[in-house]
Amino acid sequence: MELALTEEQRMIQESAERFLAQVASSGAVRTAMAAESGLDHTAWARIARELYWPALAIPEEYGGLGLGFVEVCLLQEQLGRCLLPTPFFATCCMGIPALLLSRNQGLKNLWLPRLAAGEISASLAWTSAPRWDDSGVQVYAQSCAGGYRLNGQYLYVIDGAECDLLIIAARTPGSIGEAGIRLFAVSALTPGISRQQQPTLDQTRRFSTITLNDVVLNDEHLLSEPGLGWPLLRDVLHMACIGLAAEQTGGAQKVLDLTLTYIGGREQFGRSIASFQAVKHRCADLMLAVECARSASYYGACIADQCLNIDGDPSAQLQLAEAAATAKIHASEGFFNCAAESIQLHGGVGFTWEYDPHLYFKRARASEQLLGTPAFHREQLARHIFGERP
Amino acid sequence: MNIGFSAADEHFRQQVAQWMQEHLSGQYNELRFRGGPGDEDFAPGLRKQWERELAAGRWVGAGWAIEHGGRGLSINQQVIFYEEYARAGGPGRMGHIGEGLVGPTLAAFGTPGQQQRFLPAILSGQHFWCQGYSEPGAGSDLANIKTRASLDSESGQWLISGQKIWTSLAHESDWCFVLARTEPGSVGHRGLSFLLVPMAQAQIRVQPIRQLTGTSEFNEVFFDQARTAADNLIGQPGDGWKIAMALLGFERGVSTLGQQMQFQNELDEVVRIAKANGAAQDPIMRQRIAQAWSGLRVLRYNSLRMLSGVQDGSLRPEATIYKLAWSTWHLELGKLAMDVLGPEAELLAAAPYELTRLQALFLFTRADTIYGGSNEIQRNIIAERALGMPREAR
Ligand SMILES: Cc1cc2nc3c(=O)[nH]c(=O)nc-3n(C[C@H](O)[C@H](O)[C@H](O)COP(=O)(O)OP(=O)(O)OC[C@H]3O[C@@H](n4cnc5c(N)ncnc54)[C@H](O)[C@@H]3O)c2cc1C
Repeated sequence: MELALTEEQRMIQESAERFLAQVASSGAVRTAMAAESGLDHTAWARIARELYWPALAIPEEYGGLGLGFVEVCLLQEQLGRCLLPTPFFATCCMGIPALLLSRNQGLKNLWLPRLAAGEISASLAWTSAPRWDDSGVQVYAQSCAGGYRLNGQYLYVIDGAECDLLIIAARTPGSIGEAGIRLFAVSALTPGISRQQQPTLDQTRRFSTITLNDVVLNDEHLLSEPGLGWPLLRDVLHMACIGLAAEQTGGAQKVLDLTLTYIGGREQFGRSIASFQAVKHRCADLMLAVECARSASYYGACIADQCLNIDGDPSAQLQLAEAAATAKIHASEGFFNCAAESIQLHGGVGFTWEYDPHLYFKRARASEQLLGTPAFHREQLARHIFGERP
Repeated sequence: MNIGFSAADEHFRQQVAQWMQEHLSGQYNELRFRGGPGDEDFAPGLRKQWERELAAGRWVGAGWAIEHGGRGLSINQQVIFYEEYARAGGPGRMGHIGEGLVGPTLAAFGTPGQQQRFLPAILSGQHFWCQGYSEPGAGSDLANIKTRASLDSESGQWLISGQKIWTSLAHESDWCFVLARTEPGSVGHRGLSFLLVPMAQAQIRVQPIRQLTGTSEFNEVFFDQARTAADNLIGQPGDGWKIAMALLGFERGVSTLGQQMQFQNELDEVVRIAKANGAAQDPIMRQRIAQAWSGLRVLRYNSLRMLSGVQDGSLRPEATIYKLAWSTWHLELGKLAMDVLGPEAELLAAAPYELTRLQALFLFTRADTIYGGSNEIQRNIIAERALGMPREAR
C-alpha cells in the first residue's frame, strides 16, 4: 500500500510540466480555441510522436512503452493545468482503454500500434441523449447479411470531428437497459458516418454530433463479446471518469495557484488582499478541495491501472465503479469551486476575457457535466450502498 | 503507487482479527463499539482493564520502536491493526494519550532515564495520561499560558500553580503533561516548559465540567503548589512550545485510519436505519448519504497519501488539511444521522438524559471542530503554512 509517486512517475510528471510550460501558454490555448478544429495540432504532433504520451499505457507487444493508467492520469493532471486542447483525453482515457479491455486480437493488432506510434487519435461515441448510463445508448445495430447495419446519432462526442478511430456503441433493436449493447471500433472515415462539430461554451474542448446512416460493420469490427458490450463500455466510462478527474484536479490546482498569485500582489486598504482572513479561509477550503480531488483521482488511477493490467489485482474490478464515482464527484466539485472562487477573488479583472479564470470556470462547468454530474454519480453510489443492484 | 497489501500484511491482518475475536469477548463484550468520542465516560474501569488485556497481547505501543519496548510494526501493519481493531468494535482507547502522544514525545525528546521511567507503565496499561494545555485565557491562543512552575530549592521539585481547563479524562488519569511558564515575566511561546505531573496529590483539584451531552468527560484542573520531581521536565526549560507543537504533530498519525473505520461503523448504522425507515427512498437523503460515503473514501485516500512516501516526520503541506477534512466530514455525518432518524431522533434512550449512540454522535461532533485546533485555526494554518499567505497579526 503506497499512494505516493515513484521516482519514475515523478520524472514523467516533471518533464510533462516543463514541456507544457513551453508550448501551452495562455496565448497558445487561446489560439487553439479560435482554430476551426479547436485543437492544437502542432503540440499534439509533438506529444504523440516525440514524447510518445499515447504509447505510455500501451503494452510493448503493440509498440507501446508498457506503463500504466497512473502515468496517463499524471499527464492528464498536467494537461488539465494548462487547458491545452489536444485529443489526449479522448484517445488515452477512452479509445485506448476500450481496445486494451477488448479480446478482439485482430482489432488490437490493427489499431494499437498506430495509436502507440502517435499516427492517429481516437474517441468514444456512445450516447444519443443527455444521459450517461446504458439508457443513453440509442443507436441501433440491425443484423443484416454479413454483419450489422447501424443507424442513429451520437451526441457530445469529444473531439469527434477530428479523430481517426471511433469506438461506437449500438444496441440490438428492441433491446433495453444493459442488454443488447455492442461496441465496435471503426475508422472515422467509414462510409455512412458524418460528423458535425458543435460550438461549445467551453471552447477548450469541442463536442461533435455524429450521424450513422446505414453504416455496415461485421464481427471483425466488434470489440465486445456477446452479452458483454455494456460491461466493456461501462468499464471504459469508469476509466474515462478517473482520467477526467485527474484533469480536473490539475485545473483546480492551477486556477487556485493563479488566484494566490493575483491576490498576493493586489493591495487594497493598504495591505495585500491575501492578508484578509476571509480570503485566507476561502483559499484554505479550496486547498482542501484540491487535495481531496487529488487523493480520489490518484486512488482511482491505481484501481483503473490494476483493471487494465492482466496481472492486476482482481479485487480492483470490484472497486472500479465506486472509485470512479468518488473521483468524479470530488474532482468536479473541487474544480468548480476553485474556478468560481477565482473569478470572485480576482474582482473586476476576473470578469474579463483577457484574464484566464473564465477559461477554467467554463472548463470546470463542462467537465462537471461530462460523463455525469456529481448528483448522477451519487445516485449510482446510493444504489451500491443500499445494495439495490448486484 | 499501488493499492494492495502484501501477503505477509494480509496474514498479519488475520492475526489481528483473530486476536480481537478471541479477546474482545466475555466480560469485555459490553465494551464493543463503546467508549468512543462522545461516549468517553463509558465504563472507564473496565476499559482500563481492557487496556491491560491489550498490553498482555503486546498491542499497546505496537508501533513504537523495539528499543522503546514496542513491536516496531511497519506503517502498513499499524494501519491494519487500527482497521481491524475498529472493525471488531474495539472500544475507545483509554490509553490513547499515553500511547499516541506521550510515548512518541518521550521517544523524541526524553532522556533515556525518563524513557525508562515512563514508557513501561504506558506499555503495560498501568498509567493513564491527560493533556494539560488549555487554560481559561489560553485556548486557540495557546501561547497565552499563565500556569507557572518554579524549581523549589528546598525540595528540589517543581512547584506548579495555575488552572487548566477542558482537560479530558483528568479524573481518570494518573499523570498529566502540563505546559507551564517557567521563566517569570516571559510572554508568548517563550519561557514555557513541558512538565510531567502526577495527579494523585492534594495540591491538584479536579472539577468535572458538565458538557452539552449531559456527561462529564472534561474537567477544570486546579494546581496549587502541585509538585513534580525536578527531572520530570522534558527537554530543557523553555523548550515547552517546541515540544508541545511536535506532540500535536503525532496526533496526525496512523491512528487516523482506525478513526475512519469507526466512522465507517457509524455510517453503516445510518445506512441501516435509512433502509429500515424508508429514508433510503428519499432522493435528497440518497444524495447526502452517498456524499458522506464517498467523502469517507476520500478521507481514507488522503490518509494513505499522508502515510506514503518519505517518512521523515516532516509535515508535508497536504497533511495540514487532515484535521479540517475529518472534523467537517464528521460534523455533517452527525447531522445526517439525525435527519435520517427524523422525529425519532428526539427520543432519548432513557431518562433523565441518556443519549442514544447517534444522539451522542450528533452532539459530540460539535466538539470535533473545536478541540485540537478549531477549524478556523486549521484554516489559518493551511493558508499560512501550506499556501504561504500572510500571517495573522499576533
Ligand atoms: C470535548 C473537548 C475536549 C478537550 N480536551 C482537551 C484536553 O484534553 N486538553 C486540553 O488542553 N484542551 C482540551 N480541549 C480544549 C480545546 O483545545 C480548546 O477548546 C480549543 O483550543 C479552543 O479554545 P477555546 O475553547 O478557548 O476557544 P477560543 O479560542 O476562545 O475560540 C472561540 C472561537 O473563536 C475562534 N477563533 C479563535 N482565534 C481565532 C483566530 N485567530 N482566527 C479566527 N477565529 C478564531 C475559534 O475558532 C472559535 O470558533 C478540549 C475541548 C473540547 C471541546
